Amino acid sequence: MENKGLTKVDLIFEKIDSKEVMVKAFGMSSAEIIQSILDSGLKGRGGAGFPTGLKWKYTAAEKNPDKYIVCNADEGEPGTFKDREILDRVSNKVHGGMAIAGKAIGAKKGIVYLRGEYRYLLPKLMIELDSFHKMIKEIGFDFSVEYRMGSGAYICGEESALFESIEGKRGEPRNKPPYPTSVGVFDKPTSINNVETLVTAMMIIQHGAKNFIQYGTKDSRGSKVFSISGDTPTPGIFELELGMSVQQFVNEFGDGDTKAVQVGGASGFCVPRKKFAETIIGFEGVPTGGSMKLFNSSRSMYNVLHNYLDFFTEESCGQCTPCRVGCQQLLKGVEKVKKGEAKSTYLNELVKLADSMKIAAKCGLGQSVGNAFKSIVGNFKEEIIY
Amino acid sequence: MINLFINEQKVSVTEGTTVLAAAKKLKINIPTLCNHDDLCVAGNCRVCLVEQKGARTLIASCATPASDGMEIHTNTLKVRNARKHIVELLLSEHRSDCTKCYKNQNCELQSLANDYAFGDHVFLDLVEGRNYNIDRSSPSFIKDDSKCIRCQRCVRTCSELQYISAIAVANKGAHQKISSFHDRPMSQVVCTNCGQCVNRCPTGALVEKTYIDQVWDAIYDPDKHVVVQTAPAVRVALGEDLGYDPGERVTGKMVNALRQLGFNSVLDTDFSADLTIMEEGTELLVRLKKAMVDGNKDISLPMFTSCSPGWIKFVEHKYPEFLPNLSTCKSPQQMFGALAKTFYARKRNIDPSKIVSVSIMPCTAKKFEADRPEMRSSGFKDVDFVLTTRELAVMIKQAGIDFRNIEEANYDSIMGASTGAAVIFGATGGVMEAALRTAYEIVTGREVPFGNLNITPVRGMDGVKEATIKLEGCTDAWKFLEGAELKVAIAHGLVNANKIMKMIREGKAPYHFVEIMACPGGCIGGGGQPIPTNLEIRKKRMKAIYSEDEHKVLRKSHENPDVIAIYKEFLDQPNSHKSHELLHTHYVERDNY
Amino acid sequence: MYQVENLVKELSNKHGHARESLMPILQAIVQKHNYLTDEAMVEVARELDISAAEVYGTASFYTFLDTQVKGKYVIRVCKTITCSMKGKSDIIHTLEEILKIKVGETTNDKQFSLIETNCIGWCHKAPAILINEMPYTELTPGKVNEIIKDYMHK
Repeated sequence: MENKGLTKVDLIFEKIDSKEVMVKAFGMSSAEIIQSILDSGLKGRGGAGFPTGLKWKYTAAEKNPDKYIVCNADEGEPGTFKDREILDRVSNKVHGGMAIAGKAIGAKKGIVYLRGEYRYLLPKLMIELDSFHKMIKEIGFDFSVEYRMGSGAYICGEESALFESIEGKRGEPRNKPPYPTSVGVFDKPTSINNVETLVTAMMIIQHGAKNFIQYGTKDSRGSKVFSISGDTPTPGIFELELGMSVQQFVNEFGDGDTKAVQVGGASGFCVPRKKFAETIIGFEGVPTGGSMKLFNSSRSMYNVLHNYLDFFTEESCGQCTPCRVGCQQLLKGVEKVKKGEAKSTYLNELVKLADSMKIAAKCGLGQSVGNAFKSIVGNFKEEIIY
Repeated sequence: MINLFINEQKVSVTEGTTVLAAAKKLKINIPTLCNHDDLCVAGNCRVCLVEQKGARTLIASCATPASDGMEIHTNTLKVRNARKHIVELLLSEHRSDCTKCYKNQNCELQSLANDYAFGDHVFLDLVEGRNYNIDRSSPSFIKDDSKCIRCQRCVRTCSELQYISAIAVANKGAHQKISSFHDRPMSQVVCTNCGQCVNRCPTGALVEKTYIDQVWDAIYDPDKHVVVQTAPAVRVALGEDLGYDPGERVTGKMVNALRQLGFNSVLDTDFSADLTIMEEGTELLVRLKKAMVDGNKDISLPMFTSCSPGWIKFVEHKYPEFLPNLSTCKSPQQMFGALAKTFYARKRNIDPSKIVSVSIMPCTAKKFEADRPEMRSSGFKDVDFVLTTRELAVMIKQAGIDFRNIEEANYDSIMGASTGAAVIFGATGGVMEAALRTAYEIVTGREVPFGNLNITPVRGMDGVKEATIKLEGCTDAWKFLEGAELKVAIAHGLVNANKIMKMIREGKAPYHFVEIMACPGGCIGGGGQPIPTNLEIRKKRMKAIYSEDEHKVLRKSHENPDVIAIYKEFLDQPNSHKSHELLHTHYVERDNY
Repeated sequence: MYQVENLVKELSNKHGHARESLMPILQAIVQKHNYLTDEAMVEVARELDISAAEVYGTASFYTFLDTQVKGKYVIRVCKTITCSMKGKSDIIHTLEEILKIKVGETTNDKQFSLIETNCIGWCHKAPAILINEMPYTELTPGKVNEIIKDYMHK
């Protein structure tokens, strides 16, 4: 597997004249914009990693002229805080990325769905948005952005749940198909992109796809922003080239006693020390929306797992059986095993349940609960039992 | 056409067909739970998962449209394991006290468990230790959250079919539940007691409140004279709970069975349905006269029928400004009840305090109606106990009656005679048709100008139906109506009722008379009818109703001999003082939450 | 009652009467009154022509749309893994001591409510809390003391 090593990059937070990029983008045709994004190999930065260019291409191909570009700023994955930082520092680039996406897919309306926990950012964002609106008016592009607030529901980060929430309903994921590119928010064709994805797209327009693909690997192009927390002397936001191994990451950010890294948050994977060297951070290895949590040997992996399961048990929307009941069973099951009220072999049953949840749950949340469960139980079985 | 393969068999379906429906076409059965023919797709329970070649996850066959070239397998190891897990998970959050449960052997979860999850269960019991609420506040039904598996059929029913949403999904995650407004008792919210949710609940989470034991007690009490009335729609559906196919009329056997159960007198709500036509038809004509001849601006038109207690409560909650538009006539059930303890008691020389009046209804809202404080004009509770069609079937089974092989019998006399006009009350449009058959004849002296008295424009399953009848050749007393066009409308299912009410509120509906039934299809689709229900079943019941009408010698309410007799002997004439005392009522405004 | 009616009317005129206005209206009511009273939810249902059970059902889905009494300042303590590792319990103890309430409770004077919440996106500066919408991070019991004292004197 390709290993690019650990390289710090300055792309997302790079100071740019956004008007200049806008003018450049609006000089391009929709097809040209989409082609550059396709050429760049950019994959969604929220975690799921769907190719952004394809998403735009599909939405652009829809005949309904009433389309939306939605910015997913419902950053709720435990351990992720990079979108807050991006919105705080370079919201002009978020708005700019939305306008470029709007130009690409043929949408005149953009909606930012901002999680309720970040409401304190709103006054500042409104000022930024005003100047953004003025700027694109000057350029002569018909596009506007509005903000919708979440109110504390992790599941609203799932794209169709997010649409439901914008529409004033419970944030319950929809059946797919149809996909958002044809039936999205208000049942209109919608491209929904993560905050960082939109900024990255804007930077690709600025610097060109060729420049972008110099970074990263074949499967994971470019760089991305990592949210680093846990047992590390340097917690915070770092932009790194994709394609490093967990070992290289730990060498840079660990405290010398790292026993596990949770990559991708509660819905991601737990990588134990013995697999640091062989595991690449990226779509070819462990994908991540940016959440990197380090645990040193003083931490109980049972507590970590319990915390995650407790999180999912509360944050499942509750509509589908595998997720609603499955999460409760996993949580209560590990508690029983820990207390010695169930045999350790009961963990095998729970692993089978986690496998079923992965293929039977309605949305990505329920499908990914099993990731953390299996990787923690699989690698730290003794800590769960004793 | 779309071509796909299911279990290696090729099938062609039209665009938009679900994988589930495509499989059905191949006679491949995929189990379902949250899916219901009458409701929109949910895709929540995940019981109907199947494997699609090339897909990362299993797919919900009820929610996935078939696409060209799809290769589906419905019985792979993956599917079987996941399905077993899902059924076991559902059972782990369900209080499985099956042998004590009212829905025992009529429970979809139980039959899934039987097929897919027998033997030891792996998962922990999540019911224990939870403070589940059992809401018995409604006189019509019980809501037991410990048996709820969150399929949301009830929620979809209440919103899509009934436009009420008295219940909705609340909270999330482990705490997700089906809740009224802020967990209020069901008796204190906008619920109309229609029981459509009860009819669609796959488990025992929503069941009618049963009064079977109270009725047995009355029957066994030698001091009591127990009178039973049967609603029109019961006779075309009861058979379904006793081994017959939908659409079989079992009127005669039902009468015999009731007699064998020990009721002292088996009478027919049809009688009071005919009486309702006399009272309500007259009320309509009087309203029209006051409005058109006397120029009285205070007369409320259109006039609405008032037979359906779910509909009445709907107006009381949601359109209270239209309460004066409701006919003041009690429903046939309540007219019957009031007369049972007055007229009937006198005729039979029985102390009314000794009479227990029982009704067999296709309806759960009738239980609420019988409990209304207004319904005591005989000086007693006019109807003591209301049983649903389903409860009657239970009693027949309890009594060991071999229903299929018993003789047919006839209703007793005094309030036992009926006409075809009364029978069709059981189907949407029936009250309207019966009223027109009589009113037209009163006004013109001639029969309604429809072949064989069948007023087809008001029949059928369209949600909203409209018709116009031109009144020509009116008799002297009704000359003011000469040439007038009587505009009528019919709706069934409260979502359709709401459509009409919106139009009326906006002044866009020129109707004089509107028939509304709370339940889809009218009483034949009532909340107390046998489970399951769907459009096909309701159509078969409807066909049976009209066939019963066709077979009747008398088909007009004003020709019912018992009705003619009661006016002569007791009530004097329609809308008389005595009628108003016993057969009419009033309504109350209620909160809209 | 009258006040709630007016507020809801005002809000629905501002945001519109379509279903999509439900969240902004509920959010605005919570910002003003800390939580949603039954009266407020019934009024919203009336204005948007949806059922009150649906308003409740939607509100109860969202952690921040409280339907139980809440104080003027709602303190949400992050309980997710990093905050939990970095001293969340100490923060809770400190808050419980100062406010003389337990998690899930509201002070008698209706000034403070104390609840736990899931990840609020400050893992690198754990432990963190929100007081209404304001985040406070890298907390110690001492810092919490000062912050709450400030709020008490507001």
